[in-house]
Amino acid sequence: MDILYFAWVRERIGLPREQVETSAATVADLVEELRAREERYAAAFADLSALRVALDQELSEFDASLDGVREVAFFPPMTGG
Amino acid sequence: MRISVQEAPFELGAESDAFAEGVAGAGAVVTFTGVVRDADQCGLAAMEIEHYPGMTEKALTAIAEEAMKRWSLADALVIHRHGRLAPGERIMMVATAARHRKDAFEAAEYLMDYLKSRAPFWKKEILAGGGSDWVAAKDADEDALKRW
Repeated sequence: MDILYFAWVRERIGLPREQVETSAATVADLVEELRAREERYAAAFADLSALRVALDQELSEFDASLDGVREVAFFPPMTGG
Repeated sequence: MRISVQEAPFELGAESDAFAEGVAGAGAVVTFTGVVRDADQCGLAAMEIEHYPGMTEKALTAIAEEAMKRWSLADALVIHRHGRLAPGERIMMVATAARHRKDAFEAAEYLMDYLKSRAPFWKKEILAGGGSDWVAAKDADEDALKRW
């Protein structure tokens, strides 16, 4: 599964994307796996209310299933315009 | 309908003219342009805009398609830049065309409200004195979506 990070999430974790082997059933499960890896992940994912998630380039929720998902992106609330 | 996500600057006059010519007979054309604020006012050296290639185009297309449907627009245009922009540079523009001005104005506001909070762009302010700050999303921007 491809995991992408944007804005300060990318800066905190220190990379824009990575491939992850995971059996996580939901986004929340995946977040738990990532948090357990290293301090920089724990820091980036400390407050989920400050984060948004997209599954295969569609905005989604943290309780969503990862079944069939190829690309997960984590980022802060968007600031376009 | 045209969506353009680009690093290069755009010509406001040329884009507005081309858009208006393409919808001759529509009666009302509204354009809005977002500009990086002036350095004197807020000590900005530059604005860096990051985006999510692929999702950005999809999200903008979905937002514009919804606006086309809701207000029976003759046409809609969204141009949004990314990369490093200097104070005074144009960040983005939207244009809408309809039979009547109310529809064109409302649809342009709708496009702006949605692309502020639902298109995957992130702004970082590069300060003149060194340092930088990610622009935080405002509750008011999220609240603005509720009126639609």
